[in-house]
Amino acid sequence: MNPVYYLYLAALLFTIGAAGVLIRRNAIILFMCVELMLNACNLAFVAFSRLHGNLDGQIIAFFTMVVAAAEVVVGLAIIVTVFRSRHSASVDDASLMKL
Amino acid sequence: MTGALAAAASTTSTGEAVQFWVLGTVAVIGALCTILMRKAVHSALCLAGTMIILAVFYLANGAYFLGVVQIVVYTGAIMMLFLFVVMLVGVTAADSLKETLKGQRWLAVLCGLGFGILLCAGIGNASLTSWNGLGQANSGGNVEGLAALVFTKYVFAFEITGALLITAAVGAMVLTHRERIERARTQREQSEARVRTGRNVPPLPAPGVYARHNAVDIPGLLPDGTTSELTVNATLRARGQIRDVSGEALAELAALEQRSERWLGRGAKGGGAAGKGANGTSANGAVNGADGDGADGNGENGAHANGKGADERSQDAGSHKGAAK
Amino acid sequence: MENLIGLLVAVPLLGAALLLCGGRRLDGKGHYIGTVLAASSFAIGAVLFADMLGRGEHDRALHSHVFSWIPVGGFHADVAFQLDQLSMTFVLLITGVGTLIHVYSIGYMEHDERRRRFFGYLNLFLAAMLLLVLADNYLLLYVGWEGVGLASYLLIGFWQHKPSAATAAKKAFIVNRVGDVGLSIAIMLMFTTFGSFAFAPVLAEADRAGEGKLTAIGLMLLLAACGKSAQVPLQSWLGDAMEGPTPVSALIHAATMVTAGVYLITRSGAIFNAAPDAQAAVVTVGAVTLLFGAIVGCAKDDIKKALAGSTMSQIGYMILAAGLGPIGYVFAIMHLVTHGFFKAGLFLGAGSVMHSMNDEVDMRKYGGLRKYMPITFITFGLGYLAIIGFPGLSGFWSKDKIIEAAFAKGGTEGWILGGAALLGAAITAYYMTRVMLMTFFGEKRWVADENGNEPHPHESPGSMTFPMIVLAFGSVFAGGLFSLNDAFVKWLEPVTGHSHGDSPLSAAAVTGGTMVVLVIGVGLAWAQYGRRPVPRTAPRGSLLTRAARRDLLQDDFNHVALVQPGQYLTRGLVYVDHKLVDGVVNGTAASVGGLSGRLRKLQNGYARTYAVSMFGGTAVLIAATLLMRAV
Repeated sequence: MNPVYYLYLAALLFTIGAAGVLIRRNAIILFMCVELMLNACNLAFVAFSRLHGNLDGQIIAFFTMVVAAAEVVVGLAIIVTVFRSRHSASVDDASLMKL
Repeated sequence: MTGALAAAASTTSTGEAVQFWVLGTVAVIGALCTILMRKAVHSALCLAGTMIILAVFYLANGAYFLGVVQIVVYTGAIMMLFLFVVMLVGVTAADSLKETLKGQRWLAVLCGLGFGILLCAGIGNASLTSWNGLGQANSGGNVEGLAALVFTKYVFAFEITGALLITAAVGAMVLTHRERIERARTQREQSEARVRTGRNVPPLPAPGVYARHNAVDIPGLLPDGTTSELTVNATLRARGQIRDVSGEALAELAALEQRSERWLGRGAKGGGAAGKGANGTSANGAVNGADGDGADGNGENGAHANGKGADERSQDAGSHKGAAK
Repeated sequence: MENLIGLLVAVPLLGAALLLCGGRRLDGKGHYIGTVLAASSFAIGAVLFADMLGRGEHDRALHSHVFSWIPVGGFHADVAFQLDQLSMTFVLLITGVGTLIHVYSIGYMEHDERRRRFFGYLNLFLAAMLLLVLADNYLLLYVGWEGVGLASYLLIGFWQHKPSAATAAKKAFIVNRVGDVGLSIAIMLMFTTFGSFAFAPVLAEADRAGEGKLTAIGLMLLLAACGKSAQVPLQSWLGDAMEGPTPVSALIHAATMVTAGVYLITRSGAIFNAAPDAQAAVVTVGAVTLLFGAIVGCAKDDIKKALAGSTMSQIGYMILAAGLGPIGYVFAIMHLVTHGFFKAGLFLGAGSVMHSMNDEVDMRKYGGLRKYMPITFITFGLGYLAIIGFPGLSGFWSKDKIIEAAFAKGGTEGWILGGAALLGAAITAYYMTRVMLMTFFGEKRWVADENGNEPHPHESPGSMTFPMIVLAFGSVFAGGLFSLNDAFVKWLEPVTGHSHGDSPLSAAAVTGGTMVVLVIGVGLAWAQYGRRPVPRTAPRGSLLTRAARRDLLQDDFNHVALVQPGQYLTRGLVYVDHKLVDGVVNGTAASVGGLSGRLRKLQNGYARTYAVSMFGGTAVLIAATLLMRAV
């Protein structure tokens, strides 16, 4: 089996995550979808690491995890704050970007 | 074990292929469930499952450190953070899957399909037929290899990542912190204020006693049989999570009273009075039942409008009724 | 002495500033301030005049550089004054007659609550007019030229509550603009031709420039003169300008401002001398206006409009004389001065009559006034005798010389011009006699108006009769004084030059002819208005009379020839603007609006919609990358 299949899997997961971002309204689930996309990327990085035979891909995946952790902390804090003031976690409620 | 791992580093075995196809399928199903589940809790659980499978794939790809970190940090910490927030925001709140933006779903699916196909085409286009295993790189141990890279080549990025984490922690605290702009009132001041206004001088009445689950969500009854709003926590009321005292329960109560009076042998003498009382109670119960139905009806309406929580509530109510019967 | 020249202008300007900015607290004494300042300007002029007489004939011109106005590279516009004999003549006329009319206005405007403002405007006019005649370059002259136009506008429309006055003021202003365009073009042409617009270099180098350019400049100057001096074809405003108060008509629209055109042509004599075609145009305009104004004057029943026609005609004489070249310049100015006296006197007399007749202007409602207002009658009568050229009086000396000079032009041209001038003299005698007879002779024809107010004719107060008396003296003696020993010719000759020409007729013959036509004119008028009683309502009259009553159809001509085509053009342009320009603009706007209305729906504010576009964009980018790789 060629490790390239891992890449296909990563692409599939990434696409599913992206579609989830577009379809779901709940900000928390949206966030989960983003995490799914990041994980798909990580899988791709790990597979590439194996394909190329060096560890740089794994290092990048490691950094991605760290950044994702930071992102989740801040993002969830924002969601909590928004929920506190609006009593809703729907991203559609924050549609003030239009006039 | 070591041999298998070494083999995973440079070659692929049939076992790995089987593992890939089985777990890969599960991972995709998990991902799909993540985006299709109506309840955030379910989504989070499915995502956690997908992540664990990804951890296995990391291990299979020779990224032992990352595989463990994936389980510990991602599945262990981040996903639990998610669950925590989901609980905070309302675990019962289920999303309606009805799309409100016109054409959004079609566009999303279309874009997703196009994107996925293009991505796969890109991967297929790339010449990845020959590949190097990680045998060489992992020869001194995977963690050691990573450590060598992190503290030499990527040390700068590593330090900046540390700064990022601190910033994120501080940011989260700043975002969720609420400044108290006035001194908190002491208990004494509060009681004095209560006496001064003259309302609710004694403690608030307790909620109802028809405990099936946790009785705080069932209002208490006033002497005339009507429910008292005061007995239920305002937060529950605001969320619409109050359960009504059903007509059956009241009827059952009346029957219980009748039975106990009869058993106590005060039948003929106090029968009139008791009957009267029972009649009165049952009448009240009927009234209450009607009230309860009305409230239920409202709840249904709310379910239509609000999508999710109502469904569960009506389910709950149904189970409650069933239990009452 | 040079510094006094600037003071000449500054004093009335100060008066205007004081009176116009001083506010109500000057209401009580504003007219005295204005009059005293005008009189002091006259006094300064008199001092300068005495000083000038004390110097030799050829170094009488004074020059005074006040400040550099616009020094830009090779372009120098200075505020500088030049006082030579020609300017001196005007200064004395303007300040002298101006002062008298200030005095007269004290009485005439007594009951007007805006008298202070009136005197402010009069002072403004004096300042502007003095600037016009004292300027040493055409640009500064232009400033004065516009200044008198402004003062004229303000004074014609002084009673702006009357729509007719407001309209007349606008008409005068607009018609004058046409002339002003001529003057500005002339100044630009001068600058491109001579590189300067100061009198000295321009006039000195005039004969060295090409004749074509000089003709162009001359014609433009003539256009300017036509506008300001109400000459055909820009004559239409003067009749309506009589809506202004009578002192204004006397000062601005008879004695001074309307003669600015004559000054301009005389001052630019060197240019016209070198451009015979322009000169021909000038004499044509003069001759035509001379007859035009006279004919209009014959038909008008409004005393001021009859006098306005007369003014037009007399200025026609001056323009004619100025167009004759060195033969005529001196006489043009001489007639200008004498005309300034007698026409101002006549207007003041008319004002006096109106003042006592409850502002009635229709001569058919006068009659027999000589018994009621003897001083007005005598001064008006002397002015009348002067204007028709009664032997010995001012008009006789100056007009006779112009007729002589017209004949002296020589050839067929001379005969035609002389004939026109003679004919004009006959008509002048006719219409002035008519005015005289209808106003002061015959039976009284006034009746009470619908409110039962019957006019009670009475002599005007001293402040009004005094200027009339002084001007009557001028009307009687000025001409004789000027002609004594050819004093005026000698006075002006260093500036304008003078030549006698060769008249085909002797001076005596011309005088004799003038006397004959004078008698014919007076006789005709007497036969028509003196022997028979004057009807109270105007008879229908002949076709010519009716046309003349309508100012010889000048307004109709303007309407048909200028206003209507203009209106059609504007309407067409408005149509084009509405349909074509607006259509394109609105169409563009509508399509952009519609498009953005559609596009706006993309901007619905939902983050997920934007995410879709981002995602789709990424897909497109990947596709593009793949395509590029494939290619």
